[in-house]
Amino acid sequence: MKIEPLGDSALIVRVVDEFARDPDASLSEVLAALRALEAASIPSVIELAPAYTTVAVFFDPTRVAPDEIPETPFDWLRAKIEKVLKSRPALQKQKTESDAIEVPVCYEGEFAPDLPEVARHAGLSEDEVVRRHSSASYRVNCLGFTPGFPFLSGLPAELATPRRVTPRKEIPAGAVGIGGAQTGIYPRKSPGGWNLMGRTPLRLFDVQREPPALFQAGDRVRFRKISREEFDALSG
Amino acid sequence: MKALVRSAGFLTSVQDLGRPGYRQSGVSVGGALDPFALRVANALVGNEDSAAGLEATLGTLRLRFEDDRLVAWCGGGFTARLGDEDLPPGHAGLVAKDEELVLTAPQKGARAWLAIFGGINVPLVLGSRSTDLRGNFGGLEGRALRDGDLLPLGENGDLEIAAPWGSRRIAEWTAPTPWVATARRDPFLRIVRGPEWNRFTSDAQSSLVATAFTVTPDSDRMGARLEGPSLDRTDTSDLLSEAVAPGTLQVPPNGQPILLLGDCQTIGGYPKIAHVITVDLPIAAQLWPGDVVRFHEVPLAEAQELLREREENYARFRVGLSLHTS
Repeated sequence: MKIEPLGDSALIVRVVDEFARDPDASLSEVLAALRALEAASIPSVIELAPAYTTVAVFFDPTRVAPDEIPETPFDWLRAKIEKVLKSRPALQKQKTESDAIEVPVCYEGEFAPDLPEVARHAGLSEDEVVRRHSSASYRVNCLGFTPGFPFLSGLPAELATPRRVTPRKEIPAGAVGIGGAQTGIYPRKSPGGWNLMGRTPLRLFDVQREPPALFQAGDRVRFRKISREEFDALSG
Repeated sequence: MKALVRSAGFLTSVQDLGRPGYRQSGVSVGGALDPFALRVANALVGNEDSAAGLEATLGTLRLRFEDDRLVAWCGGGFTARLGDEDLPPGHAGLVAKDEELVLTAPQKGARAWLAIFGGINVPLVLGSRSTDLRGNFGGLEGRALRDGDLLPLGENGDLEIAAPWGSRRIAEWTAPTPWVATARRDPFLRIVRGPEWNRFTSDAQSSLVATAFTVTPDSDRMGARLEGPSLDRTDTSDLLSEAVAPGTLQVPPNGQPILLLGDCQTIGGYPKIAHVITVDLPIAAQLWPGDVVRFHEVPLAEAQELLREREENYARFRVGLSLHTS
């Protein structure tokens, strides 16, 4: 574990060294660190943000308890964080597959303009690409890019497809795409360079909800293939 | 009571101190690009720090009020007129009912923050009244102001404090000049090293602090794109995305740094060579295409000490103000 400053009012806790070797275990470690830091409620901490191998800690360096300052607010907070993470209990039980969030996706027609390209790149039929995409189990590595956008690991390696050379200026809300080895869902209309495979009628981000994003880092996700009729009915 | 937007200017939006707490959902903190300027303006009119005000960008903002209101503004080198009077930055002024407040044409800098007594009373969305212009939520209908908009205002207060100001209707007391007039020509911004500092060549490290960078036209509330010597890396392996913050100087593969501002994404995968320190973000918020900026490295402990000093001075300023306003 390594703790580095991210400017004067944040720091980054590098919880694990490498992600790719075992994404699932890495993510579980990072989430366990996140939960431990949340539970510790260290003074001056404003919020925590996990992503892949790290937890970022945003804090107010002027709110550090003055009589406890050894050197700098950064050193003070780093010592607190190290103490919390060293004494943290063993990993909590992971969510089982049945806890996965099911995302209905229609992989047809106008919703899947890049399905032929993904199939060509994979050397598989379009049906086979859809079958593999919708039978794999995914995990949310982090949210970002736009509010509620989930970066998912777990894409079958053969479906990995480089991002489009020229990004699209406008991608509709609910579009499911592949960008390199990751898959994700665009929560709202936005520009983007991922290969579009389908569309979900689910609302991924809604400011009226708490939390506003449908997913949180660590959530397990499965895609379920639906027909255009079902998509329209669910969109109703 | 309401304020009528007679002219919305180039880009004006409702902003407060932002929306922390939702980074885990991918939501930017946003808020006033210079939250300190908004806090000072709020203090000058007797608001809480967190009251929502307006962020004006270039152009001319004209407002008219349905009742007499205390206002104050801080930021770039704008001109403000309150009826026939000049309202300098960092002074509270009393705008009479149906009179026009005009904030216009910065000579220096790009943005100003206007506080109005009672604050702008739009609904809280995810704990903030800030407008998220990319996400289209918060503020007034999730968008920038338009001509003819009506802004709901919080309850008005006792205007007796303005009685001693005479016919000028402008308070004599003010905030320290560096707080209220933040635009600089060819500014220096102080930085601390970023997590990937060591992944850059020694040429890149020395160029960052030895050379001037120019702000390019595709700059906005998310970030200021800079043009200068290419900042090359020794190690070009891909990085996993991780948190970024306002002030982060990230370097895409083309070697031209981007200085992230308040509306920046929550995570990024470009290496972070440095961070502008918090007390200099007000100056960064004034950068506009064509401006020239230089960087100067300071130790992290100094950056945090400067912030502590500023907050101590601000707390004293608040106490001093309360002697005038009560």
